[in-house]
Amino acid sequence: MNLFADILGKLSFDALPQEMVTLGAGIGMTLGALGLVALITYLKRWTWLWKEWITSLDPKKIGIMYIIVATVMMLRGFADVIMMRLQQALSVGDSNGLFTADTFQQVFSAHGTIMIFFVAMGLMFGIINLIVPLQIGARDVAFPFLNSVSFWLFFAGMIIINLPMVLGEFSAAGWLAYPPLSGSQYSPGVGVDYWIWSLQLSGIGSLLSGINFIVTILKMRAPGMTLMKMPVFSWSVLISMIMVIFAFPILTATLTLLYLDRTMGMHFFTADGGGNMMMYVNLIWAWGHPEVYILVLPAFGIFSEVVATFSRKRLFGYKSMIWAMSAIAFLSFIVWLHHFFTMGAGASVNAFFGIMTMIIGIPTGVKIFNWLFTMFRGRIKFNSPMIWFMGFVFLFTLGGMTGVMLAVPGIDYQVHNSLFLVAHFHTMIISGVVFGFFAGLNYWFPKIFGFTLHEGLGKAAAWLWSCGFVLAFGPLFILGLMGATRRLDHYEDTSWQTLFIIAGVGVAIIGLGIASQLLQIFISVKRRKQNMDTTGDPWNGRTLEWSTVSPAPFYNFAIIPTVTERDQFWETKQTGSAQTAPIYTDIHMPKNTGAGVIIAGFSFLVGFGAVWHIPWLAVIGVAGAIIAIVIRLTNDETEYTIPATQVAQLELASQHKGQYK
Amino acid sequence: MKTTIRTILIVFLFIAFVAASSWYVSTLHIDILNPKGLIALKEYDLLVFTTLLGFIIVLPVFVLAIFIAWRYRESNTTAKYTPNVSGNKLAEIIWWGVPIILITILSVVTWTSTHDLDPHKPLASNVKPITVQVIALDWKWLFIYPEQNIATVNLVQFPVDTPVNFVITADAPMNSFWIPQLSGQIYAMAGMTTKLHLNATETGDYKGSSANISGEGFSGMKFTARATSRADFDTWIAEVKTSPRSLTANEYSVLAAQSRNNPVTLYASSVDGLYDTILMKYMMPETQKAEIPAHDMSEMDHMNHMEMEAH
Repeated sequence: MNLFADILGKLSFDALPQEMVTLGAGIGMTLGALGLVALITYLKRWTWLWKEWITSLDPKKIGIMYIIVATVMMLRGFADVIMMRLQQALSVGDSNGLFTADTFQQVFSAHGTIMIFFVAMGLMFGIINLIVPLQIGARDVAFPFLNSVSFWLFFAGMIIINLPMVLGEFSAAGWLAYPPLSGSQYSPGVGVDYWIWSLQLSGIGSLLSGINFIVTILKMRAPGMTLMKMPVFSWSVLISMIMVIFAFPILTATLTLLYLDRTMGMHFFTADGGGNMMMYVNLIWAWGHPEVYILVLPAFGIFSEVVATFSRKRLFGYKSMIWAMSAIAFLSFIVWLHHFFTMGAGASVNAFFGIMTMIIGIPTGVKIFNWLFTMFRGRIKFNSPMIWFMGFVFLFTLGGMTGVMLAVPGIDYQVHNSLFLVAHFHTMIISGVVFGFFAGLNYWFPKIFGFTLHEGLGKAAAWLWSCGFVLAFGPLFILGLMGATRRLDHYEDTSWQTLFIIAGVGVAIIGLGIASQLLQIFISVKRRKQNMDTTGDPWNGRTLEWSTVSPAPFYNFAIIPTVTERDQFWETKQTGSAQTAPIYTDIHMPKNTGAGVIIAGFSFLVGFGAVWHIPWLAVIGVAGAIIAIVIRLTNDETEYTIPATQVAQLELASQHKGQYK
Repeated sequence: MKTTIRTILIVFLFIAFVAASSWYVSTLHIDILNPKGLIALKEYDLLVFTTLLGFIIVLPVFVLAIFIAWRYRESNTTAKYTPNVSGNKLAEIIWWGVPIILITILSVVTWTSTHDLDPHKPLASNVKPITVQVIALDWKWLFIYPEQNIATVNLVQFPVDTPVNFVITADAPMNSFWIPQLSGQIYAMAGMTTKLHLNATETGDYKGSSANISGEGFSGMKFTARATSRADFDTWIAEVKTSPRSLTANEYSVLAAQSRNNPVTLYASSVDGLYDTILMKYMMPETQKAEIPAHDMSEMDHMNHMEMEAH
């Protein structure tokens, strides 16, 4: 027994699922994974998977992988939603619902963590990878190999957060795991450690991506594209990534301190031993608040592109959009205390942070007016990205108003930690972030895959999500005002039940929205021949990504475009610049490498060893990762050249495909 | 013709939905919109004011969004189309300016109201306030009345129109002390004291709960806040004094252990300085703590005496 403990740490047969719910989920997940492995083996696709995807440094392929992971995680997070809604619809009075308090708490902790880190962040980095290099007229990102490391760290974090379904348990301390509840005294199990290491790995991946895209945008723009001629989406990404490099180190440090508290008996965050739980709450929100804006700014950028394109008009107030985003980014670092007005800070401190928070409402409001006046005197085509945008305008404005209400400390004392708060931030994140990314995916899909998505189902999804949203979260605003706190696995007040059931109906409608999105992809793939994008410019676009063929070739542009105007491609189309015979040159591209996935694999071992207290495994992980990095860095032959003649052939081939298909 | 019918249908459905939900909401008892305490009332006024102010921005956005989307749709070729307009100084001044003015107004209101509603601030009154010490435990609320020397679990009673001074700590993970109809919430944290002041204006039983997750029994951390007349309050104190139970050192250590959905319990007396002992427990150096068993009250009493001597 002791030998086992020495070798396997806390790992034993007890770690296997005991409860029906977790057992079912665990078996389901295991079968799913085995099924996938069997399918790939049956189709003999392992070599293809390794050569074309896992080792790929093409940002478009990495972007697609991000989006696939995020989609699967969205289904997982949505399954958590269904469990929560069922529990809260049933667990009233004498009934205890379907799940124990502990299971329920694990479910909502997992829901929040997964939706933010593995869905919203995944979709964001996916879209950034797909579009930013194309939009700034670049062939690649600044550090292609680092990009692969980022993705695979994100992937390793995703695996760790899903392991509790088959091994041990997840954190039951909420998505931000406040100590002392998340400390070793009150959460002795491995749950919080899973949470810590999942975020630790994916967080480091995000930080590396942040550095990568800042350098990409600052150094690799097409000739002539000054910053003030750069498309707004790329601007939004630049600002968001600057925020990433300021915010994510705080997360990494905080998680490390919490892990030291838990394993080494340190007292950074527990009252005994001179620690202070309030320090944790401050630190986690010093990362957590900017994080919200890290997610929402790129979504704002997407809406700016979508609205200008589908209104067929220049973006209204380009400069004030950039200023507004910069102001939002700056202010977002000095508002973190509004997440805990109720922790007992003095009146002047609370008032200061409250006022700073309201001030963010000003640039955000300006952006809404600018979008509306982009549509003003335009010729608006209501394709599905525009339906997402319209849903966003209504929901986000209402959500913003509730945000200003919450920013007043006197009101926050009443509704903090209530379902009103839950409804508020879901309004901001779903209508702002998620709708934005969905609009972006519909908009840019043809550029990546070469065919457009089914419009009817896309619009249906936007409508179902928007209407379902109102039903799912409207009741929560009211429940909050009725005194319902968040995270209740059980309540006595029977008058709350009807509202919880209505919220459940709303979730079912959102579920139909998700079903239409899946169906949309399925049908569009099936009918791709009819919906082929032969021009490379299906929406009459304005920016450089539409000037290359669809799907974009792996080198993005055979000839790097030269920029003189803000909406360069639109201007080119207007002036109808004369076709000159293209002069191709050699293109240098990075070679594929397995180093990214290997480094992340060793990092996974570090995380797994740390969660289960298996020191030797963690040591192997650290050593392996360091060795893999050194080997990769000593390799000088990381690029290859496509000769000009071959570029000419490839271009000719893709043009033919465009004409005859 | 077909579009007109469809539009009318959508507008009708929308109005029906709004009407039905408004009717349903009006039948509900909404705690925060029915304040029964001075603080909760001011917080309610603030809520209403901010909502109305918010509508000054929200409504124009909604009207503009619907109008512009309708008027400049692609099929309406009679509408003006100016593809190259990319800004308008005056318009931009308006929508930077109006929100700035509104936020300035709200900032002033925020500054004054935050100082006015500071939970730490004692309420001015001619009536002598009642002090109640609140300790969040796993998973119940312990209330100690130091002046009356009684203690209760999951029930706190006080006279109406009297300021109540809550002094709050925890011997458990972080909780949040909240009675929506009487005042906003404040966190209860181990090793620290937070304060909350309220003044009930009507007699009645009000729901109280913890608003911050604190572990498995969190959802059962409910209590009743009962505001009564002064006479009823005095009678109640006398009644509690006759309770067979008293909060001794041992009784506390039993109570402090994890338990869920605790019934209301009344204690005729409470051991001296219990609140301070619990507060100080977390500030002891590790070496000294090792000598004191976690809930050994005889030792704690001893410490209390030392503390008093130090004073």
